[in-house]
Amino acid sequence: MSSHYEAPIRKPLVIGDKSYHDITEDIARPIETPPNKDWWIAFGISMAAFMWGVGCIIYTIGTGIGTWGLNKTVGWAWDITNFVWWVGIGHAGTLISAVLLLFRQKWRMGINRSAEAMTIFSVIQAGLFPVIHMGRPWLIYWFFPIPNQFGSLWVNFNSPLLWDVFAISTYLTVSLVFWWTGLLPDFAMIRDRAVKPFQKKIYSLISFGWSGRAKDWQRFEEVSLVLAGLATPLVLSVHTIVSFDFATSVIPGWHTTIFPPYFVAGAIFSGFAMVQTLLIIMRKVSRLESYITVQHIEMMNIVIMITGSIVGCAYITELFIAWYSGVEYEQYAFLNRATGPYWWAYFLMMSCNVVSPQVMWFKKIRTSIIWSFVISIVVNVGMWFERFVIIVTSLHRDYLPSSWTMFSPTFIDIGIFIGTIGFFFVLFLLYARSFPVVAQSEVKTILKSSGENYKKLRDKK
Amino acid sequence: MSSKSLHVLFDDDDILLDAVKQIVKSKIYINEIYTPFPVHGLDKAMKLKPTNMSIATFIYGCIGFTVAIMMMNYIMIVDWPQNIGGKPSFTLIENIPSFVPIIFEMTVFFAAHLMVITFYLKSKLWPFKKAENPHPSTTDDKFLIDMETGTNIAKTKTMLKKLGAISIEIINNDEDEK
Repeated sequence: MSSHYEAPIRKPLVIGDKSYHDITEDIARPIETPPNKDWWIAFGISMAAFMWGVGCIIYTIGTGIGTWGLNKTVGWAWDITNFVWWVGIGHAGTLISAVLLLFRQKWRMGINRSAEAMTIFSVIQAGLFPVIHMGRPWLIYWFFPIPNQFGSLWVNFNSPLLWDVFAISTYLTVSLVFWWTGLLPDFAMIRDRAVKPFQKKIYSLISFGWSGRAKDWQRFEEVSLVLAGLATPLVLSVHTIVSFDFATSVIPGWHTTIFPPYFVAGAIFSGFAMVQTLLIIMRKVSRLESYITVQHIEMMNIVIMITGSIVGCAYITELFIAWYSGVEYEQYAFLNRATGPYWWAYFLMMSCNVVSPQVMWFKKIRTSIIWSFVISIVVNVGMWFERFVIIVTSLHRDYLPSSWTMFSPTFIDIGIFIGTIGFFFVLFLLYARSFPVVAQSEVKTILKSSGENYKKLRDKK
Repeated sequence: MSSKSLHVLFDDDDILLDAVKQIVKSKIYINEIYTPFPVHGLDKAMKLKPTNMSIATFIYGCIGFTVAIMMMNYIMIVDWPQNIGGKPSFTLIENIPSFVPIIFEMTVFFAAHLMVITFYLKSKLWPFKKAENPHPSTTDDKFLIDMETGTNIAKTKTMLKKLGAISIEIINNDEDEK
């Protein structure tokens, strides 16, 4: 027992009188019981939204990008807003699993699996937008470093858009193998207790024959640690490179050196908000309150508060630097953002992202489940508007006042966005019923140090 | 090699760890240990060699780094140099700042994927591979030691009972081979 000592002041991360077998039972339950009516309703709505999005995508590809609300002045709008929004959301998963692993934060174990799932599903949504925006998605292989068929002209490695291709595909694939490697022991757990032959077959297939030998575990732990070490700079680099798409341009409002850290903080901010939204629902529905505790929610709220404050700082720095630079184009871009025709979007961004997370300073609020849920939604809305403000307000009034214009989305723009939200939830709902949603083999390693019953036992001594 | 071996089940990781230390002390060879989660200190207790996974990964990363530089040097400098806004981009050293992001990404890509592939191959993990844990409960809450019987089975058994084993099964390996 002594080797499992943890300071009594630390709150337990597994609530209730749980044994190793109880953890197995609790994690396997959602997979082994049929989904209820609420699940089917949620799945039906998500599927309908997804299908609507598929229809809009087919229409866009069949007819052309002209079906969107873009015009000569605003050549980038909802597509890239949605792309950056989804990529940003996709940052929390790897941050939770990699950075918190390096810092030996035990509270990551209750939430890392779902956060990584969310990461992968949202990066898939993000990846859709550049592909659709190509207009001719069957030419997607032109992204890759191969000479095209008109000679030996290659892709341009000086372009941040190409860096993005490499960054996003590395991020997606590395997150996927990180996730799947962690899943192997948990799939094996489901496999070994499955009674239905079909279920046994499927889980045997996807558990890759995991047997849990001592040597396997030794390698497993080393691989997890090294992957975390690789994924940590990777996750920071991905949003840095996404911000380069803007920062390396010459558009006032985009051409800022503050963009990389500002975007990374914003990504973590919105990613944690999305994890919060999903897990508050999931812990209730899948009865995982013992593993995803109020302590976990509070920790995530603290991260949201801190990254929200960093984002707020960045907004104010941007304003200050615009004034201080003495460049009138830069000054106008920011004046126009705050007081121009899109003032309402700027106001929403400021109030949702800077003001709303500040209520988390109060312990009552950051430990309240309802408040956490509401704030997490508000933050997600705010972060969408942040990207919209950065992209559209910097473009819509360019150097020539004669080409000043406004952007309004068509129903196709809106439909594709709703479709990706539907697709995301379709994937997440399927995941919640077929994957072990908590990394049970990892939770078992902290049960003796951070389980409520073991902590009490030690206190008595 | 004796033709018999023992499958000893435990239900607690701390008891298992103490037992393993005792078994190693009494010089009985442990073939394998199956556990539902990583038991810290188990590899040292059963005297497993440390894994070389991180050294391999470093080498894979170096490969990715080299491949990225060579690829971009060939494409942008050797094969098809381009004048991009008159910027100095006609030698590798001039153009390397804008290659940094992709050099980094490819280093990570190679290191991560080749490491995971190495892990899967060395630990024999791939689709359609049959699991080899002898008891299904070793992925749930039980710990199994697959070990030699020692010179005197009865004596080994009493020792294991004393160490906290919940069940001991004698496995006849000859029959398996037939």
